[in-house]
Amino acid sequence: MSKGRYGIYGGQYISETLMNELYRLEDCYEECKKDPEFRAELHRLLCEYAGRPSMLYYAEKMTKDLGGAKIYLKREDLNHTGAHKINNCLGQALVAKRMGKTRLIAETGAGQHGVATATVAALLGMECEVYMGKVDTDRQALNVYRMELLGAKVTPVMTGTQTLKDAINEAMRDWSCRVQDTHYMIGSVMGPHPFPMMVRDFQSVISKEARRQILEKEGKLPAAVVACVGGGSNAMGMFYNFIPDKDVELIGCEAAGKGVDTALTAATVATGSVGIFHGMKSLFCQDEYGQIAPVYSISAGLDYPGIGPEHAWLHDTGRATYVPITDDEAVDAFEYLARTEGIICAVESAHAIAEVRKIAKDYSPDQSIIVCLSGRGDKDVAAIARYRGVDLRD
Amino acid sequence: MTEQNTDMKSNGRPRLNNKLPQVFATPNGKAFIPFITAGDPTPEATVSFILKMFDAGADLVEIGIPFSDPTAEGVVIQEASLRALKGGMTTDKAFEIVEKVREKTDKPLVFMTYINPVFHYGYDAFFARCEKLGIDGIVVPDVPFEEREEVLGPANAHNVSLISMISPTSESRIRSIAKEAEGYIYVVSSMGVTGMRGQITTDIGAMVRSIRAVTDVPCAVGFGISNPEQAAKMAAASDGAIVGSAVVNIIAKYGSGAGDKVADFVRSMKAAIAALPAGS
Repeated sequence: MSKGRYGIYGGQYISETLMNELYRLEDCYEECKKDPEFRAELHRLLCEYAGRPSMLYYAEKMTKDLGGAKIYLKREDLNHTGAHKINNCLGQALVAKRMGKTRLIAETGAGQHGVATATVAALLGMECEVYMGKVDTDRQALNVYRMELLGAKVTPVMTGTQTLKDAINEAMRDWSCRVQDTHYMIGSVMGPHPFPMMVRDFQSVISKEARRQILEKEGKLPAAVVACVGGGSNAMGMFYNFIPDKDVELIGCEAAGKGVDTALTAATVATGSVGIFHGMKSLFCQDEYGQIAPVYSISAGLDYPGIGPEHAWLHDTGRATYVPITDDEAVDAFEYLARTEGIICAVESAHAIAEVRKIAKDYSPDQSIIVCLSGRGDKDVAAIARYRGVDLRD
Repeated sequence: MTEQNTDMKSNGRPRLNNKLPQVFATPNGKAFIPFITAGDPTPEATVSFILKMFDAGADLVEIGIPFSDPTAEGVVIQEASLRALKGGMTTDKAFEIVEKVREKTDKPLVFMTYINPVFHYGYDAFFARCEKLGIDGIVVPDVPFEEREEVLGPANAHNVSLISMISPTSESRIRSIAKEAEGYIYVVSSMGVTGMRGQITTDIGAMVRSIRAVTDVPCAVGFGISNPEQAAKMAAASDGAIVGSAVVNIIAKYGSGAGDKVADFVRSMKAAIAALPAGS
């Protein structure tokens, strides 16, 4: 079996044209990891540019209202560019730069990873092109303009379902045409090895900080950590340093869309099966012939028919639990957090908040739960208004 | 150089009981290999196009089982795949197309598809059905050398050759891939995805020489070939030319009535390749 395996999952199912590049990337990444200069540069950028460490905030009103465990929010929404995506982008872009690349490409769903990629490209003086499904450019028009302001070219993808998976298809096609000068910044813990490992490593700063922060505040580990899961990068980052802590529950929240018993869902663990796609063996939403299924969620960032291979493995081994959260529950949680704590979070992150609203009371007040608030919600305000039937035009 | 010593050459893997060796048994040793997407525009049309292509001189036909997300394809085959799937094409229906073709001809056939439909069908069930229908090989662009073991065992157990791809970026990998190759080697002419190109700038001759230093398995060049001049040029430097998008494009344009146009095209491509001298 090839490299980059998590149980049966992972691997490198990719065209021959890209294989040597994956080896070069892995070699360069391994070299970077050991290089004190690289680590110092990444650390400096994470602190001084992205604003790390992110706060671990005790959500006191929410805790009182829910009546159970103490709720802490890991405030990735306060990072520069408004989400956890910048952690991975800074890391990968520094690796790409060392490889001599001059151009960065990326896929984006909600636009958060696209914005983070465009930001880092501007910072490091690299050319940038972002692929985004046409459906997503329409529902996240603000982020499209944001990327353009940052100097990136945004290419709407008109093929297939015109969402995140199609954007990934198109970015892969671009990469196989221009692999000499271009690095493909995969935005989640997915794709062929070494991406799931590398993205996880760059995102694991979330749990590295959170573990230290909760020990400082509570003197003991949390009972559970909760994060939303599309491809699963913020969840993997939130889980990673807690994996050896067997008593800490790891809970991933998938987008159930209109419900897991409908066709309008993106809950891969709940409704998918083992498959091989986008460079990896993992779990995917697909039909009886292995054709990838169209998926749906109100959240463009969770609207993906697969899940990272390490999550599939955490699911199989029972180390992590994955639960479906519907659009309705997510939108309720979005509004709840805004009113209760004065925080407008990303509708992706609202899926994690929704789960905490369900489970907090099952824990005692001397226990804590950390929720990864993966992004801020400015980008979603218009969509939530539409969902509630509010007309924002004057 | 020891690499060119014939004693060092591998003769490929153990010979399988299939028809691929006869593909290159032409007077000049060169083959023309067209590709067609199963079910575009209908299963019946695909059957008739395949038969017409053989009548017009095709030495092997690659039948594409459409996949929802064909990441190695350019826009022509992407659209054909989606048209076929929209029309209800499935893996089982692709097998039914082959059944119909087999009523009329026993010429060599290979499948080209992505790994997920094969994985989902079940490797053993898929290749058992291939063997029953005389499918001689399979091309899977998202299974590189590193992942081939998973497919190779069940394919070979049913006398189906797993066709290896070698691309302009393969460099040091050429040796290990070519040594383990079977059936024929799919030499990818250019970077990127399938689709017609104005010109092919890769030094195909040099790639083929590196391959031939380690194996006698024939090399056919694909990606970007759209006219007889290009086909002749690529086949002159190798053992054959594979043409997909140009065929699929004719079908996209003329639909079910594309048969004669497809046959004319295949005839012109075959003639250009047949006119080449033996060897290269």
